[in-house]
Amino acid sequence: MKRVTLALTLALAAGLTAQAADAQTLKTVKDRGMLSCGVSQGLPGFSSPDDKGNWTGLDVDVCRAIAGAIFNDPTKVKYVPLSAKDRFTALQSGEVDVLSRNTTWTISRDTSLGANFTGVTYYDGQGFMVKKSLKVNSALELNSASVCVQTGTTTEQNLADYFKANNMKYEVIAFGTNDETVKAYEAGRCDVFTTDQSGLYANRLKLANPGDHMVLPEIISKEPLGPMVRHGDDQWFDIVKWTLFAMITTEELGVTAKNVDEKAKQENPELKRVLGTDGNFGEQLGLSKDWVVRIVKAVGNYGEVFDRNVGAGSPLGINRGLNNLWNKGGLQYAPPIR
Amino acid sequence: MSIEARKPPRQIALKIRRVLGGKTGWNGIAVQFAFAAVLGWIAYEIVSNARANLENQHIAAGFGFLANNAGFDVNQTLISYTGSDTFLRVFLVGLLNTLVVSVVGIVFATVIGFIVALCRLSPNWLLARIGEIYVEIIRNLPVLFQILFWYLAVLAALPNPRQSISLLGIAFVSNRGLVIPRPIGESGFEAFLAVLAFGIVGSVALRIHARRALFQRGQVIRIWPYVLGLLFGLPLVTMLVAGLPFSFELPQLKGFNFAGGSRIIPEFVALTLALSTYTAAFIAEIVRAGILSVHSGQMEAGSSLGLSRGTTLRLVVVPQAMRVIVPPLTNQYLNLTKNSSLAVAIGYPDLVSVFAGTSLSQTGQAIEIIAMTMGVYLLISLITSAVMSVYGWRISRSLGA
Repeated sequence: MKRVTLALTLALAAGLTAQAADAQTLKTVKDRGMLSCGVSQGLPGFSSPDDKGNWTGLDVDVCRAIAGAIFNDPTKVKYVPLSAKDRFTALQSGEVDVLSRNTTWTISRDTSLGANFTGVTYYDGQGFMVKKSLKVNSALELNSASVCVQTGTTTEQNLADYFKANNMKYEVIAFGTNDETVKAYEAGRCDVFTTDQSGLYANRLKLANPGDHMVLPEIISKEPLGPMVRHGDDQWFDIVKWTLFAMITTEELGVTAKNVDEKAKQENPELKRVLGTDGNFGEQLGLSKDWVVRIVKAVGNYGEVFDRNVGAGSPLGINRGLNNLWNKGGLQYAPPIR
Repeated sequence: MSIEARKPPRQIALKIRRVLGGKTGWNGIAVQFAFAAVLGWIAYEIVSNARANLENQHIAAGFGFLANNAGFDVNQTLISYTGSDTFLRVFLVGLLNTLVVSVVGIVFATVIGFIVALCRLSPNWLLARIGEIYVEIIRNLPVLFQILFWYLAVLAALPNPRQSISLLGIAFVSNRGLVIPRPIGESGFEAFLAVLAFGIVGSVALRIHARRALFQRGQVIRIWPYVLGLLFGLPLVTMLVAGLPFSFELPQLKGFNFAGGSRIIPEFVALTLALSTYTAAFIAEIVRAGILSVHSGQMEAGSSLGLSRGTTLRLVVVPQAMRVIVPPLTNQYLNLTKNSSLAVAIGYPDLVSVFAGTSLSQTGQAIEIIAMTMGVYLLISLITSAVMSVYGWRISRSLGA
């Protein structure tokens, strides 16, 4: 753990001395032939490797979509697993081109890290998981509990705020990685495990008896998760931002991985614009005309990505909720492509 | 014609030449200065460049963040700390946690190490084999693995707080740690402390007096009854006169955990156990080497004087062995201190965990925080070696070497 941080810090110091910030990320990525993408060390539904080393998840699909838009080949991604506390240093030092690692958008991260959030891929909130045998039904009954948490997260601060605001005492035990945290919770070191609610459902699958544990109803924070890029390269910022918007727009228009070719042939002016048979928005981004088609072929639209990784079509089975489209009661809304 | 005596060369100039230039003289000095200037320039370039680039990229820099609110909690704090304290306070909390685990670990490692070494050297076949097996197993397994083993083993073996093991109804062991009654000072507390301090000072003075009498006049003075009286008798009398100096706050099960009392968290126990048993294996070998380096004739001389094996070891062999033992022992102490940074794996809030971990990701100021943390470890290590050097020097002096 420490060695990784140290290496990244040295890389950061060296990188900062060697070159100024006028990065041409798109060119670097094209020259390298690979997109370097920072992901988690294993969070089912968001980014986790299978037994063959293939990465899947919502955050992974963002990387795949960007690689699809650039190379027309979603496999051209190098995944860099990062712990919560190493992630920003990895982005700052140029180790990764984009950080797609269930990271909460906050003002301090947006302003003091030399990086920008490009949008929200998942609207989350922090929750609590307990053993059913404790017979606890609300987070307000958790006075004097021991809480396991992963260090280096907004979770840790929300936790302190919540217990203080509700005048409750607690003991915090902070671990370096998600797996260590879950293991300590399972070993009984703490009564409560806390992280973003999506993470609770994902981690519950890792426990020996998922049925013995329950997620409490309270959501104590706003956790909009999204990808991050470095400051100083507006073109790259646009590419990552509009990749997500393209995924949302295609869901709005009913374009899916299966019907995209057919839709591209239709004489609908909006479809023609979005799918690149009309106009040159892709070229303005520094990509090809058919960038949206490439994205949809790579991963599908936002709805497909959600269902496959965390939604109804996945073991997690999380409701769309806030993550539904704006016109279906959710918050996902993309500015128009025109 | 008279012969003039040659003037001795000026000593100070020679000294400077030797210190700075080595054998090459003034040329060497020039080279050294040039080299130092180049190094200084490179360091300056790195710092100023990094600073300028951080500013360009709007990455926060400088040590101003130390005064900001930390906003997170820590589960073992030796000084008072809440989430609304500053990052500087977090730094101190983490530093103290690192120091306490290092000091306790060093004490245990030394004791266990000496015992295992004596076992290995023992003429008793069984003891010698046990010592050997201990050393060979423990020192050949990675220490991180041992820390995780002790942590998960300790946790798995212990019940949850509601079924905790009660020790006489005043202390409780569970997977939340060991809870013991906490002493709270009462009215007679100051008087008690003063008497105790007097007893300690008096005992030390007595011992110095007795040693002087032994070394200068060959006179043996028996001091232990007086020491006993000073250390235990006097405080007891004070207690009888002034009443109990403190009362105990008993831990009680409230909700999920124990309230009241003092608690030793399992992370601390596991980390100390793992670090001290691991380092003890190395110390045992160092001690064994040190004792074997003393000529076997010394042992025989001791027994021919009628001293028991233990007394010979204590008075004759170990003092001579210490000269060989101390330098590598220092290395092991430094290793233990540095290995304590593996604490983050089991959630013990040491300096690396709370400062180079949590604080780093809350503030994002990697360069400053890592530099501070490295500086602290360097300082701790230098102080440890300095203390051990002084100790080694005193041993050499007392042996007349």
